Amino acid sequence: MTTTDNQYPGQRFTGENPVLKFDDLDVRFRTEFGTVHAVKGLTLSVEPGEVMALVGESGSGKSVTATTALGLLPKTARIEGQTQVDDKTINKLSPRDLRKIRGKSVAMVFQEPMTALNPVIKIGDQLIESMEVHGVAYGRQAWNRAIDLLKAVGIPGAERRVNQYPHELSGGMRQRVVIAMALACDPEVIIADEPTTALDVTVQAEILDLLRSLKDKLNTGILLITHNMGVVADMADNVAVMFKGNIVERGPVEQVLLHPQHPYTKRLLSAVPHLGEGHGQFGEAPNPVAPDAEAALDVRNLVVEYQRAGKKPFRAVDDVSFDVRRGEIVGLVGESGSGKSTIGRALLGLIPSKSGEVRVLDEDLLSLRGSEMRKLRKRIGVIFQDPAASLNPRFPVGDVISEPLEVHKVGDRKSREARVHELLEAVQLPRSAFNRYPHELSGGQRQRVSIARALALRPDLLIADEPTSALDVSVQASVLAMFTTLQKEFGFACLFISHDLAVIDSLAHRVVVMQYGKIVEAGDREQVLHNPQQEYTRRLLAAAPVPDPIEQRERRAARHALLRELGDEIVELDTRELDQH
Amino acid sequence: MTQDPNRTPAQIEGDAFSIEDDVETTNTKSYSQGQLVRRRFFRHKGAMIALAVLILTILLAYTSIGIGPIPGWWGKDYLTPYPPVNGGQPTLQLWPFQIGEHPFGQDTIGKDYFALVMKGAQQSLFIAFAVGLLATFIGTTVGAIAGYYRGIAESLLMRITDLFIIIPTLVLAAVLGRMAGPSIILLALVLGVVSWTGLARLVRGEVLSLREREFVAAARAVGTPAPRIIVRHILPNALGTIVVNATLLISAAILLETALSFLGFGVKAPNTSLGLLVSEFQNALTTRPWLFWWPGIFILTIALCVNFIGDGLRDAFDPRQQMD
Repeated sequence: MTTTDNQYPGQRFTGENPVLKFDDLDVRFRTEFGTVHAVKGLTLSVEPGEVMALVGESGSGKSVTATTALGLLPKTARIEGQTQVDDKTINKLSPRDLRKIRGKSVAMVFQEPMTALNPVIKIGDQLIESMEVHGVAYGRQAWNRAIDLLKAVGIPGAERRVNQYPHELSGGMRQRVVIAMALACDPEVIIADEPTTALDVTVQAEILDLLRSLKDKLNTGILLITHNMGVVADMADNVAVMFKGNIVERGPVEQVLLHPQHPYTKRLLSAVPHLGEGHGQFGEAPNPVAPDAEAALDVRNLVVEYQRAGKKPFRAVDDVSFDVRRGEIVGLVGESGSGKSTIGRALLGLIPSKSGEVRVLDEDLLSLRGSEMRKLRKRIGVIFQDPAASLNPRFPVGDVISEPLEVHKVGDRKSREARVHELLEAVQLPRSAFNRYPHELSGGQRQRVSIARALALRPDLLIADEPTSALDVSVQASVLAMFTTLQKEFGFACLFISHDLAVIDSLAHRVVVMQYGKIVEAGDREQVLHNPQQEYTRRLLAAAPVPDPIEQRERRAARHALLRELGDEIVELDTRELDQH
Repeated sequence: MTQDPNRTPAQIEGDAFSIEDDVETTNTKSYSQGQLVRRRFFRHKGAMIALAVLILTILLAYTSIGIGPIPGWWGKDYLTPYPPVNGGQPTLQLWPFQIGEHPFGQDTIGKDYFALVMKGAQQSLFIAFAVGLLATFIGTTVGAIAGYYRGIAESLLMRITDLFIIIPTLVLAAVLGRMAGPSIILLALVLGVVSWTGLARLVRGEVLSLREREFVAAARAVGTPAPRIIVRHILPNALGTIVVNATLLISAAILLETALSFLGFGVKAPNTSLGLLVSEFQNALTTRPWLFWWPGIFILTIALCVNFIGDGLRDAFDPRQQMD
């Protein structure tokens, strides 16, 4: 941002020459159970070179709003009001004219780069498709432009990459390809729908750097849809906060994030975990661990390998040792592919371990078989990431929670029912949830159910595999608060697997950082997260955005300084590659 | 469990800016997955009409001439020859409406053709449903075991399945049908034993994908034994595939029985079935066409109805197909 002398740099956008404009937009969907009013009279505009962040939690209508700009809503939608791109009203265009706009005037960057790219078409061919459709370039010329585009978004070896298929690229590279595709026809406005949600935090920082340089250098307007306040603080000029189809608050990013006016915005911001604030952000701080507490879980030199047909087995976990003491929460942190979830699954006995020793509550997990194994499983609880997937859709909540009791033949029908009601109360769900089915509950309520199931047998050890990462931020806050309360009450030891450093900071006693199946750094929370020793941990921490635009600007500068110090390049759009045409 | 007065559900769920609705207000009425499926099925017009027609056909077939020793409301039986009325032509008239002595006419030796067709329909329906149930049971069991346990069990079971698939069904059924003799129950068993293969493969595929789902991992993590996982967690979620294909099996069984009887391997005289009737009177098409048409119409009606019901069930289990 060049206007650092201005207190609110976002104010330079007056809304006079918008490239994208929503005017009193109103969208309803016909469903089996009546009409859903998704967007209720929304007015918003994006100017050239502006990043307008549309923030909201699930069901707020932010994605629906953006989708109207491309005219891609299903037929069950009834749209009133107007969406204007470049002086053309989208909902009045014929399908033919609509196609002319898509990709040319307004382009989209999707959330999941693997699904946004066609796996059976070469990257180069996918890049030239929109150029040829819109008559920007043909044949050899288009192919060369595709190479230039890849160079511009900072993909090394672009000449080779155009001939590759999406699966040959990493997640971050794929998202760069998606951005290059969006840039192919020089659109006036780009809609980025959660562009970094599926990416690791270090990759996210790179993609955000790229998007930022893109709007500065090409003067493209960006409508950024996200639920991540850190991303907003890092990217946005202006922010609009959506709640249930309405914009409840809007303004320059500093004003909205630092001095929120609307109660919903305040609530949302207070729910964002803040890296560096430590324990007690949500509910009570967890109890300190007794210094002489015995180990509940002791992992020594664990190795887990995946067999591959015709290839050397892949070593997902390589010689890992750590322990969790009774009453302690240990955070296991790492990016995708670090092996953290594999450890969780190996500890549950869901996948076999190659070698090493795992002592759970003083029993050797890897040598147990049959009924002894089942006895041990009774003492280990588990929470999975996605409650929608980990609850059987055909079981009502009561059956879900009593399933472990039934399997281990604890008590009779009546006592089990009483226990389920007790657990429902402990996870703050009403008794009436007993007969509900998972699909009738919201994400947070479902995760409460799976926490209740995990606690049904009063486990001594709980393995929580990304328990809050599928949840909205305000829901995550209340689930985390409840989780700490329950941990104090039940006193279980917990291995908390997460990619979110801020969440780990808010509840863990100790932290273990993993990369490529190995432990990089381990130690007390304060030490690892506030005074990291290893390069990887420092990168990881530097890349995590905080929901404060001013602090984030400083952090960004510090991160760039760190990258320079480590000899890395800072990702930015290389416009020289694009100017040749 | 200690009670914390500050922790009431209302505090967390109930404030104005929570994105989570209270559990009680999410829906005015609660629907289980099964209820949702039923609701969609009952709204499927084609399937509902087919269901009504099928039920009427079944009622007509079984009440008219009765079952075994129990007599029906139709006074004539299918074995006795009657004196020819009107040259054996159908007496059924739509305008002015009259049923007459022999509504479907009489066959070449004067037997009441209505009674014959009803008896044939009874046999065909029995075979169809028996085969449907048996094949569904075998197919589901084989598919579920192969899909869940994988390894040797899977190789063995699926190769056996392949073995059944490569033998032409008609040939196998013909040989076994001849061995089965005149018993209709044995014939149903034989047809069931040869027609489960497709379902076994489908169920295996479904189980293969379901066993990797997280709720199965969650069940395994609490120590749930494998049979319980299959029966309680996996099969209920594969119910859609199973039910839909069971209906398709039923209609296929009707046609298979018809084909076998037509070729002379299935039901034998004096017992009768729709296929046998068609076969017996195929030469009568020019002289006494009704002897060919009536059983044909019943075969068509039953097979079509069952297929329509299957269609409705598939839409009900997979609502995404109806969108757009």
